[in-house]
Amino acid sequence: MFEAYILPVLIFAALGCAAGILLTVVSKLFEVKTDERIQAVNDALPQVNCGACGYSGCADYANAVVINGVATNLCKPGGAKSAEKIAEILGTSVMENVPQTAYVRCSGNCSATKTKMQFDGEQTCKAAKRFYGGSGECVYGCIGLGDCARVCPENAICIADGLAAVNPQICVACGLCVKECPNNLIAIKNMGNDLHVVSCSSHDMGKMVRAVCKNGCIGCKICEKKCEFDAIHVENNLAEIDQEKCTGCGKCAAACPAKVIKMI
Amino acid sequence: MIKSMLIILLSAMLTDNFVLSKFMGICPFLGVSKKLDSSVGMGMAVTFVMICATLCTFPVYTLLLAPMGLSYLRTIAFILIIALFVQLVEIIMKKKMPALYKSLGVFLPLITTNCAVLGVTILNIDSEYTFVESLVNALGAGLGFTIALVLFSGVRSRVENADVPETFKGVPATLIAASIVSVSFMSFAGLVEGLFG
Repeated sequence: MFEAYILPVLIFAALGCAAGILLTVVSKLFEVKTDERIQAVNDALPQVNCGACGYSGCADYANAVVINGVATNLCKPGGAKSAEKIAEILGTSVMENVPQTAYVRCSGNCSATKTKMQFDGEQTCKAAKRFYGGSGECVYGCIGLGDCARVCPENAICIADGLAAVNPQICVACGLCVKECPNNLIAIKNMGNDLHVVSCSSHDMGKMVRAVCKNGCIGCKICEKKCEFDAIHVENNLAEIDQEKCTGCGKCAAACPAKVIKMI
Repeated sequence: MIKSMLIILLSAMLTDNFVLSKFMGICPFLGVSKKLDSSVGMGMAVTFVMICATLCTFPVYTLLLAPMGLSYLRTIAFILIIALFVQLVEIIMKKKMPALYKSLGVFLPLITTNCAVLGVTILNIDSEYTFVESLVNALGAGLGFTIALVLFSGVRSRVENADVPETFKGVPATLIAASIVSVSFMSFAGLVEGLFG
């Protein structure tokens, strides 16, 4: 009884105790002093680990903020809330933080454009893109297989009517979807003012665009003439709005024959 | 005496290399071999842990477990001792070599469950080595691990710069390179017998 059951337990208890004591002593001897503020800053971050701040995760950014004095407003998911908390911990003034959102520069939903083939391969946008530029008739448009929706940490993107749609209320503007989209359709813009965007990315001539999509920008330059602030220009058959100059008057949107200029 | 030690050392390092011939410790072998600096550091850390673990497990087994008839508990006892030394290395490294600590990352605690370390300690017992022979075997195994890691980090930097077909990029190319390095170690077979007859 003693030999078989109690002795092994005693031996292992003694071994464990010896190991525990040794480790405690050594960890006290070789203690590394870490800045308490790093942990506090880390707690103030949302722990999405999206990398939008340019650092490899929230802990890395917290480290950079405290030790290298990096700007406190780089966290996009955390927004103004995180910036405020971090500034409070460090005792610095709060840095301004404009809320941002991602948006999709394509309007080619199922009723506007058609598919030219059935894509049977792996159901991702990247795979479809490699196969004759995707299954849609417009090679610039949204492929609609949801690579962006899968990468979104906040589930802010859904594929509706063959087109990716971002919910600006949930979007934290981390930019992961921007990198993921094989057609570079997604961009980040400031929120809160009535800025307008062109929901098309096709650089084809107007006639070609019309042939494949009812909602595409045909490069007619009417918007360019209507704009009083020199904010909109057609380049390479596609209208682009300068977000710095746009005042949100909405005249371009009202005049656009394709109704491709939208307010987000 | 010296001859038998040399035989054990050389065979643990080359002919019976733990990574490339016995396929133990593949995880850090693939994980930490990206850079030469970290592979040397990892090799040194594993060598240290192997020697210290042998230093402790051998007396624990021969003086404590075997006389009591508890040799069936050796795996668990050895893992406890290895974990202790890994923890020690981690604490000391964090203080003294923070750069190396950062580059090793998660692979440092993974030495705990590295089968190469446990493999050395158990094979020492199974081969019925004496205490000194066990230490030499552990040293050889650690050096062999370091050699494999350093060699492979060189191979890997060449693979990374090469124009690999899209399908093979990343892990597949690395695994194929590892298999070729492993095959090249087969050529050491018979070396020890040839040298010491």
